[in-house]
Amino acid sequence: MSTAATAHDDHHHHAPTGLKRWLFSTNHKDIGTLYLWFSFAMFMLGGLLAMVIRTELLEPGMQFVDPEFFNQLTTVHGLAMVFGAVMPGFVGLANWMIPLMIGAPDMALPRMNNWSFWILPFAFLILMSSMFMSAFGAGHPSAPNFGWTFYAPLSTEYGPASTDLFILSVHMMGISSIMGAINVIVTVFNLRAPGMTLMKMPLFVWTWLITAFLLIAVMPVLAGAVTMMLTDRHFGTSFFSAAGGGDPVLFQHVFWFFGHPEVYIMILPAFGIVSAIIPTFARKQLFGYASMVYATASIALLSFVVWAHHMFTVGMPLAGTLFFMYMTMLISVPTGVKVFNWVATMWRGSLTFELPMKWAIAFVILFTCGGLSGLMLAITPVDFQYHDTYFVVAHFHYVLVSGAVFTMFAAAYYWLPKWSGVMPNKLLGELHFWSSLISVNLLFFPMHFVGLAGMPRRYADYALQFADYNFWISIGGFWFGLSQLLFLAVCVLCALKKGEKAPAKPWEGAEGLEWEVPSPAPFHTFETPPVVK
Amino acid sequence: MATDKYYVPESSPWPLAASVGLFMTAFGGAHFIQQSTDPDKFQGSWGMPLFFIGLATLLFIIAIWWRDTIKESVGGLHSKQLGISYRQGMLWFIFSEVMFFGAFFGALFYTRWLIVPWLGGAGNNAMTHELLWPNFQAMWPLIQTPDGTTTQAMGAWGLPAINTAILLTSSITLTIAHHALLEGKRGKLIGFQAVTVLLGMIFLSLQVEEYIHAYTEMGLTLHAGIYGSLFFLLTGFHGAHVTIGTIFLFVTLMRVIKGHFDAENNFAWEAGAWYWHFVDVVWLFLFVVVYWL
Repeated sequence: MSTAATAHDDHHHHAPTGLKRWLFSTNHKDIGTLYLWFSFAMFMLGGLLAMVIRTELLEPGMQFVDPEFFNQLTTVHGLAMVFGAVMPGFVGLANWMIPLMIGAPDMALPRMNNWSFWILPFAFLILMSSMFMSAFGAGHPSAPNFGWTFYAPLSTEYGPASTDLFILSVHMMGISSIMGAINVIVTVFNLRAPGMTLMKMPLFVWTWLITAFLLIAVMPVLAGAVTMMLTDRHFGTSFFSAAGGGDPVLFQHVFWFFGHPEVYIMILPAFGIVSAIIPTFARKQLFGYASMVYATASIALLSFVVWAHHMFTVGMPLAGTLFFMYMTMLISVPTGVKVFNWVATMWRGSLTFELPMKWAIAFVILFTCGGLSGLMLAITPVDFQYHDTYFVVAHFHYVLVSGAVFTMFAAAYYWLPKWSGVMPNKLLGELHFWSSLISVNLLFFPMHFVGLAGMPRRYADYALQFADYNFWISIGGFWFGLSQLLFLAVCVLCALKKGEKAPAKPWEGAEGLEWEVPSPAPFHTFETPPVVK
Repeated sequence: MATDKYYVPESSPWPLAASVGLFMTAFGGAHFIQQSTDPDKFQGSWGMPLFFIGLATLLFIIAIWWRDTIKESVGGLHSKQLGISYRQGMLWFIFSEVMFFGAFFGALFYTRWLIVPWLGGAGNNAMTHELLWPNFQAMWPLIQTPDGTTTQAMGAWGLPAINTAILLTSSITLTIAHHALLEGKRGKLIGFQAVTVLLGMIFLSLQVEEYIHAYTEMGLTLHAGIYGSLFFLLTGFHGAHVTIGTIFLFVTLMRVIKGHFDAENNFAWEAGAWYWHFVDVVWLFLFVVVYWL
């Protein structure tokens, strides 16, 4: 995305070229692009690990990997997807779009912005090095093998040597996320164009503002959790050891106090994206803008008081269990408001079904599906049955893959014309959408059934009665994974400027400041702020 | 002197270089910890040099990065709006620090109010108590752990009380210095800020004194069970923050002497002051819930 951008640049300093442009960048668009490519690379890497998992689970019995390596696959798959694919993907979108949407010249703190990005590849170098060593190194030293939730004592007393590398890489990811989030909040509070009042901001900006607040609030708690792990492992402390007066369950509390808001960190920006796309292709204003803002804020606040619903089976006091059950079910109220508003926006709209809209509608339906299974999991007595089964795996993949990841595809198809100056290839895009839509359901829907029937998660083998479903789940997995190569092709074509030239506003019904700058967006935009009426 | 446009800096090599430094610190650090705490299992000694090279790189890069920023500030490139960005950024950073301490305070409350009573048989945990450690007695501070490690509890009214007085005094002297800065009284500013830095250093040396006492005479160590774990991680991270705060105030003191700040243009100075007050407030919580109650 270089040549066209430089042509527009006749401002106070010229766009740097070559490698330096990317390595030393202070430009929100370039840093956004780096984040997005990084996220996509991690998505493919995490997906590769998932496909090895599905290869092993294609048939019952042990075929390709040993159980110890299988544990490492599930762990690193989860970590790569959560911290490498979903979070940086949304940060990339925030980088690109927030300044454009609020009429700001850049992010508020551009050098810190670049630091936030460049910490990430190094953090993942540390984490992934242990995975490569495990697969190919001498003696096959174990990569982290305790699941992405790294519960003590699996990660303390019984953790492999690479746990310490994992801990330090989580610290780095935390530093990156906190700096990125501070940047977003400060940009939104301080760099809005004149007239862009808070309640005029596009919903994507609102959801990211609230996401950034969540990040600053909980990433330090994660840092605290891994620090306690480190001192328990090497400095003789007893945080997670009952013999010393601590408790392994304390780890779960600290972790999920981070972990549950983290779940919303991965979905709130998705809500913002869908709230931008559906009005565009329904050619109507978003239904209930203010209620969307309040619903987002309510979800964020509730996210701090629901964490123990991940721990119903650890033996909490009954009063605590009930509290967390009711609080969790309460979340469905603001979430229901959102789904209602999206549907109401489409009601009697002049709908057209361009690629971004297809993904957005698929999101609304499939995310609701994942939300409903979440409601089932929230009911404590029922959760005793579902806990640690494939039903849980089905639930969170519905909200994360056909939820968060689908909105990132929607966002890419929606804003690629603005980023690259060319329209994404329609044929490849349609293939990508339909292929992903069918395969993602083949992949995750049967997991509900095997989960309800009692198949536990995180095992390298399963009982014979689950064989048929698992075969089709694996087929869905390979199909979904391979389908993403189509998206890679779409992105590469756009990056190479191959395709129909995009106008400044390629979508008829689109509104917002980002459509008032040319496509591709020039290297510097809004150096003098636009006035918003 | 402010400019009309928001200042977007030219491309800069420092973020990438600092990331390399951080990488070496983390990668070397993990091995340094392994090789120094468990030398039988983790042979080699390259972790330590890599850690220190990384740390030196990181600190050096940050220093020249901030030197660039100071040059821009003194050169008048920073608009008033950028000053607001810096201030808001600093406040959110302090909020993240509050949450970091929150994790450890949360662990303290959970231990004290739930884990220890449960291990002693409270609630519906009579059988836990009976089957695991029937001789265990629930108490706080936990001076005997379930597996029998004993320690003494750190009292509140010796050194900790003196340290509380020192930190509270330092907050007052810093506030006097702040008023002096806003009123342009340079001599008073330098004097009171220097006293604040001195008080910070006295606090730290007393803290070291207390740790030596705990380790050599009281049996209160990191290995002394959950009480020692919480005591040292809470006071230790606080001490680390006092160290950073003292260095921060020392640097802004040097910049005061160079004449970098006035009543209008004083972000770094105020950031240091906010940080110091934050550290002070954390100490008050520590004093009450770790030492006193």
